[in-house]
Amino acid sequence: MNTTFEISAVVAVLATLMMITRPSAVHALLYLTVSLLAAAMVFFVLGAPFAAALEVIIYAGAIMVLFVFIIMMLNIGDAAAALESTWLQPSTWIGPSVLALLLAIELGSLAVTGGLARPAGSVVNAQAVGLALIGPYMLAVEIASFLLLAALVAAFHLGRAVMREE
Amino acid sequence: MNHPGSIIPGLLNIVLGLAFLMAAAALLTWVERRLLGFFQDRPGPNRAGPFGSLQVVADGIKLLFKQDWIPPFADPAVFVLAPAIAMVTVMLAIAVIPATPVIGIIGNLNVGLLFFLAMSGLGVYSVVLAGWSSNNKFSLLGGMRAAAQMVSYEVFMGLSLVGVVMLSGSFNLTDIIHSQRHLWYVVPQFIGFVIFFMGGIAETHRLPFDLPEGESELGAGFHTEYSGMKFGMFFVGEYIGIILVSAMTTVLFLGGWYGPFLPPFMWFGIKTGFFVAFFILLRAALPRPRYDQFMSFGWKLLLPLTLLNILVTGALILGLPGPS
Repeated sequence: MNTTFEISAVVAVLATLMMITRPSAVHALLYLTVSLLAAAMVFFVLGAPFAAALEVIIYAGAIMVLFVFIIMMLNIGDAAAALESTWLQPSTWIGPSVLALLLAIELGSLAVTGGLARPAGSVVNAQAVGLALIGPYMLAVEIASFLLLAALVAAFHLGRAVMREE
Repeated sequence: MNHPGSIIPGLLNIVLGLAFLMAAAALLTWVERRLLGFFQDRPGPNRAGPFGSLQVVADGIKLLFKQDWIPPFADPAVFVLAPAIAMVTVMLAIAVIPATPVIGIIGNLNVGLLFFLAMSGLGVYSVVLAGWSSNNKFSLLGGMRAAAQMVSYEVFMGLSLVGVVMLSGSFNLTDIIHSQRHLWYVVPQFIGFVIFFMGGIAETHRLPFDLPEGESELGAGFHTEYSGMKFGMFFVGEYIGIILVSAMTTVLFLGGWYGPFLPPFMWFGIKTGFFVAFFILLRAALPRPRYDQFMSFGWKLLLPLTLLNILVTGALILGLPGPS
């Protein structure tokens, strides 16, 4: 299982790097999807099959498809890709690199002090996730549902406004 | 992964399963045309071999010998990737289906049902990417229709299964079959059954829900630019998708391999074959709806129905004294 974990982790990091550096938006989204699938694999190996399945269904299977859908609707072609590649100058990398370095230092210090020890390999199944959501995280679930309801009402309003103009 | 008490080693299961699946999908192209001919009162393909059964071989040879062409205006990497995704996702989803207690690759996976939903979710990419990478107006329109249609109907498909999961208390497909020993879920979950099957038709984008490739409006839709074996892969993916949805319906609502007298494998085959034939009958019998009618039918009728189904099922489980 350790080898599976390492392969998935490496794939996730590489795919994310590729995703950042692709000028074409659709290619970048495809690499992001690969990265999400690899992350789902990591969840699975760590003993959270339910979280892994949700990661694939919701992130890779629904949200990313909607991203691709929007890109297709905007019909971003070669011109946008060319514009994007002019933005990726070496000077652009300075700020993100500093932030990433800080994170890397934090990760390294955790590894040295032994804070990265893997949690005991207990399987977190669907029932445990459900109980946690309805129990200790009830407030967060309710707030998230408020947010979703607001987004739903807003989307409905925008859709209606467009229809009336026609 | 081997089932407890299995005499067939896991690897043999995979190889035989794959070979059987490919043969079945290829044969289904012939079965479909013969059945369509029967439903429409005409012969269908009957020249090559006995009853035209060698038509499959002729079609395969023709597809393989066609020029493997990538349009110069297409995005080559994504163009090649799309048909591969179409086949790989449906074949991976087949892996979680337990055909009998011993035949099946990972029928005991503890998130088997979710794995099936995840793979059908990823299957959307094949159609969407094919439509986008072809760089053609008809393909793009087909891909956009496919994205909206499949993401929407996935929602109802997933929600229609919540009742089954509530009754059986598990995502494990083998457990779901075992819990139907006395009563198939098609009886208490009839609404879920109908909506799941309609969602399955929309997911495999078969007639009457084949709007991504509606030939009267979009040429051939998302696969307009595809030819040769890449087109063949979309086709095989579609037929394996039919088998997949039929087998899942059997597992979830018709008690899988349970049945009197005949051995388990026969029962599973009969039930799955029934749904495959029903798929083909639907194609022969029903016209294609308009796209906006199709989408509003889903969101305005199927979504409230599935939510009501979940509510009533939950209330009944709480209200009635159960075995648990």
